[in-house]
Amino acid sequence: MNDIALILPEMTLLGFACAVLLLDAFIGKRVPQAAFWCAMIGGLVVLAQLASYVPETAKFGFAGTFRVDVVGTVLKSFMVVLVLVSFFYAREYFAKREMPHGEHYSLALFATLGMMLLVSANSLLTVYLGLELLSLSMYAMVATQRDSVMASEAAMKYFVLGALASGMLLYGMSFLYGVTGTLDLSELLIKVSVAEDKRLLLTFSLVFLLVGISFKLGIVPFHMWVPDVYQGAATPVTQFIGTAPKLAAFGMAMRLLVDGLWGLAEDWQQMLVILAVLSMGVGNILAIAQTNLKRMLAYSTIAHMGYLLLGMLSATASGYAASMFYITVYALMSMGAFGLIILLGSKTSEADELQDLAGLARRSPWFGFIMLILMFSMAGVPPFAGFWAKWFVLKEVVQANYVWLAAVAVMFSLVGAFYYLRIIKLMYFDEPVRNQAVEASQDLKLVLSVNGLAVLALGLAPSALMSVCVSATLPYLPW
Amino acid sequence: MQLDLPILSICIWLPILGGLWVIFAGSKLGEGMVRVQALVISIAVFLISMLLYQDFDPTTAAMQFTERMTWIEAFKVEYHIGADGIALPLILLTTFTTILVIGAGWEVIEDRVNQYMGAFLILEGLMVGVFCALDALLFYVFWEAMLIPMFLIIGIWGGPKRVYATIKFFLYTFLGSVLMLVALLYLYRQTGSFDLAEMQAVALTATEQKYIFIAFLLAFAVKVPMWPVHTWLPDAHVEAPTGGSVVLAAIMLKMGGYGFIRFSLPITPDAAHALDSFMIALSLIAVVYIGFVALVQQDMKKLIAYSSISHMGFVTLGLFMMFQIYANTGNWQDAAMGIEGAMVQMVSHGFISGAMFLCVGVLYDRLHSRQINDYGGVVNYMPKFAAFMLLFSMANAGLPATSGFVGEFIVILSAYKASFWYAFLASTTLILGAAYTLWMYKRVVFGEVRNPKVATLTDINGREALILGTLAVMVLLFGIWPAPLLDMMHVSVEHLVEQVAQSKLSVARL
Repeated sequence: MNDIALILPEMTLLGFACAVLLLDAFIGKRVPQAAFWCAMIGGLVVLAQLASYVPETAKFGFAGTFRVDVVGTVLKSFMVVLVLVSFFYAREYFAKREMPHGEHYSLALFATLGMMLLVSANSLLTVYLGLELLSLSMYAMVATQRDSVMASEAAMKYFVLGALASGMLLYGMSFLYGVTGTLDLSELLIKVSVAEDKRLLLTFSLVFLLVGISFKLGIVPFHMWVPDVYQGAATPVTQFIGTAPKLAAFGMAMRLLVDGLWGLAEDWQQMLVILAVLSMGVGNILAIAQTNLKRMLAYSTIAHMGYLLLGMLSATASGYAASMFYITVYALMSMGAFGLIILLGSKTSEADELQDLAGLARRSPWFGFIMLILMFSMAGVPPFAGFWAKWFVLKEVVQANYVWLAAVAVMFSLVGAFYYLRIIKLMYFDEPVRNQAVEASQDLKLVLSVNGLAVLALGLAPSALMSVCVSATLPYLPW
Repeated sequence: MQLDLPILSICIWLPILGGLWVIFAGSKLGEGMVRVQALVISIAVFLISMLLYQDFDPTTAAMQFTERMTWIEAFKVEYHIGADGIALPLILLTTFTTILVIGAGWEVIEDRVNQYMGAFLILEGLMVGVFCALDALLFYVFWEAMLIPMFLIIGIWGGPKRVYATIKFFLYTFLGSVLMLVALLYLYRQTGSFDLAEMQAVALTATEQKYIFIAFLLAFAVKVPMWPVHTWLPDAHVEAPTGGSVVLAAIMLKMGGYGFIRFSLPITPDAAHALDSFMIALSLIAVVYIGFVALVQQDMKKLIAYSSISHMGFVTLGLFMMFQIYANTGNWQDAAMGIEGAMVQMVSHGFISGAMFLCVGVLYDRLHSRQINDYGGVVNYMPKFAAFMLLFSMANAGLPATSGFVGEFIVILSAYKASFWYAFLASTTLILGAAYTLWMYKRVVFGEVRNPKVATLTDINGREALILGTLAVMVLLFGIWPAPLLDMMHVSVEHLVEQVAQSKLSVARL
């Protein structure tokens, strides 16, 4: 298998990202939809390429720095699908506000490229390359609304803290290199497990790597950027940040912790336990105090990322499958929740305060129902997909003999249930503040409906997606 | 005649799909049509569930009408349902009560009629699902999903403090159930399957059993509700619309008792044995203390809510006395009697409490007050209603020839075999129950007319008479002739007792 064939989807994506940029620059004024459709086509082509080649065993290219395997390909496909769906929401949002939006698509495609590199990385350098491409694109996306004070502040915070986290990650990587003399994750895997005498140094570098990963996932205590960025950024940008990049961050964690540092599993398991408990606790408790919906969802994300770690820390193949299922379902729910904010927004208002949801069930019974599905799903109430996600990670935690941790996790989900219920209370029990009908284009309504119903359908029949996740992580069984 | 229809599945999914249909087609159908269709669906489901009764074989304890399909391949989760003599009466109670509830909301609910009717139909399907799930995870899914329609029913159509009440209801129940989930996952780890039969068969050490028992206890005690986790119930009842109160009292509370029978007793028999004094103490506190609490209530719904807690104390008392009865008499037959009493009490309480809440609903619809002091002399204006309410009050007080007497009597009788003092304390309910119910009846129905508005009351109409009349027939029927009910469950209860009698410790892993 030659190198170019392995990296073909990434190269195609790069080509389309550049094409979108050029199209928008030259004919963006005359054909405002050109960028959108070019990006859509690009995404579909990439998706077809990804689907056409799923290797049985991992394949390596570019002197072992690039890796194509089942987990990576499945994650990449999910990410591309999520990005494409988010474009529909973004188009509606920008069109309603008559804002130029060509650069949103090209930046998003560059970010997607970064994500794809990240989950294909087999070298610390590739990890860093992918991460920076992703992060820099996202900083720019947050900052695109430059006349908004909130957005500028968010972008600034995101950039400064993100740079700090990248620095930490690099610092950890440099130590790792110093101890083992290699950047290659496959070699690290072997060297770390035999380097018993340098355990302390390795653990030290692991701590820094975990800081970087935690920052990307938005895990307490590296979560400070999440609420500000979520609230400050334009809603489609928040939606973008809250969905596909989370999958990429999960992929990065898998690559670094499992593919590279499996030898230190005992250490990172302990660290993840602490991070998970902190995230679930802080996220769920602080979410109660929020009055802004986007900010509340930001804290809820923090909590969800805690649950995500539960699967990883069990350090088994099915534990990773659980985390993968969790992050996919989470991305779907979060897509829908931010999609609803976009649906409710108008030219003059962002509709991101909790009060904006009051009486939604009267204003629009159908979308009230969709949001009801999403909120109960996030709270982990069956029969919605979010329940199975929680169930799956809890099952793995119990299997790994952390019964107490499962008990802690469900207690925090009880706390979490409260603020999700409050949204439902606002929608169903309260009278509308502004009794205006919900206006949006037909295709947005369709996308949002499909999105919400997918959460319900996955709740009734979670088997297929679970099987995909289980078989994707199967190569990790021999550990 | 043995039909090869998946009757249980129809009883679960017909109301759920029908409910969705009513909700989403509601705006086109118009309110009148929505009511008619909801009623037709609920009657159809009841008639189909009667097929279960007709085909049921009471001579075997095996699960009948079973259906089994793989749900989640990777983890051996199955869509596995079936019914035995313990589940069947409760399934029939559910399908029966839903008709009454839909009838009770007929003219009263004017706001979002389609959602109201739809919510009750969906709730019905989910409740039937709880009673016939044989896969622990399927059970959990139904158990939790049921909270959603109830949450909305209380929150949308409830009284002034409905938001507080419904969130309290949801979180309380959620608290109990999530720990049950952890316990189920632990059992999955031990058995490698969510099949209930395997969980009941698996060997567990005493410590494991105790933790699992406590996790189950939280889930089921909240639902029953047992003292001291009962505080959500009066709030929920007071704020819920009449239909919500009826379903809560008649069916949802039974799920706690059913959970004890299906999960706690067979899965953790030794823990149940070790902690039985504790359970009996809690039950007796519920019976006696909550009886006194009911005495001082000014709000009719609250009074009946407390009386429900007190009566449900009999259920848990009956369930957990078996070990002490066996210790005294050495006969498991005697021990089985307590459980049968508990089952009869559950079914009969379903009718009586449902009827009592409907009676309060009838008054509330007319005067929009539940305060006892706002009434008085109702009999002068509503003689037919007064007659019905008298019957139900008597049944609530446990008068012989009503179904309320049968369950309480059986439980007290077997309590006597466990300990004189249990029987003594349990019997106080006959006095307390009579005191609070009849005193309320006296203040509401008899006496002087204290409130000029009472003079405007009109007697019950045909719809209300039909609903109350049906319930009156059931209360009297099971009071005079409880044999069909007892026959239906007898073999299943004996099987349960055999299961529980078998200690899991002797075969425990080393």
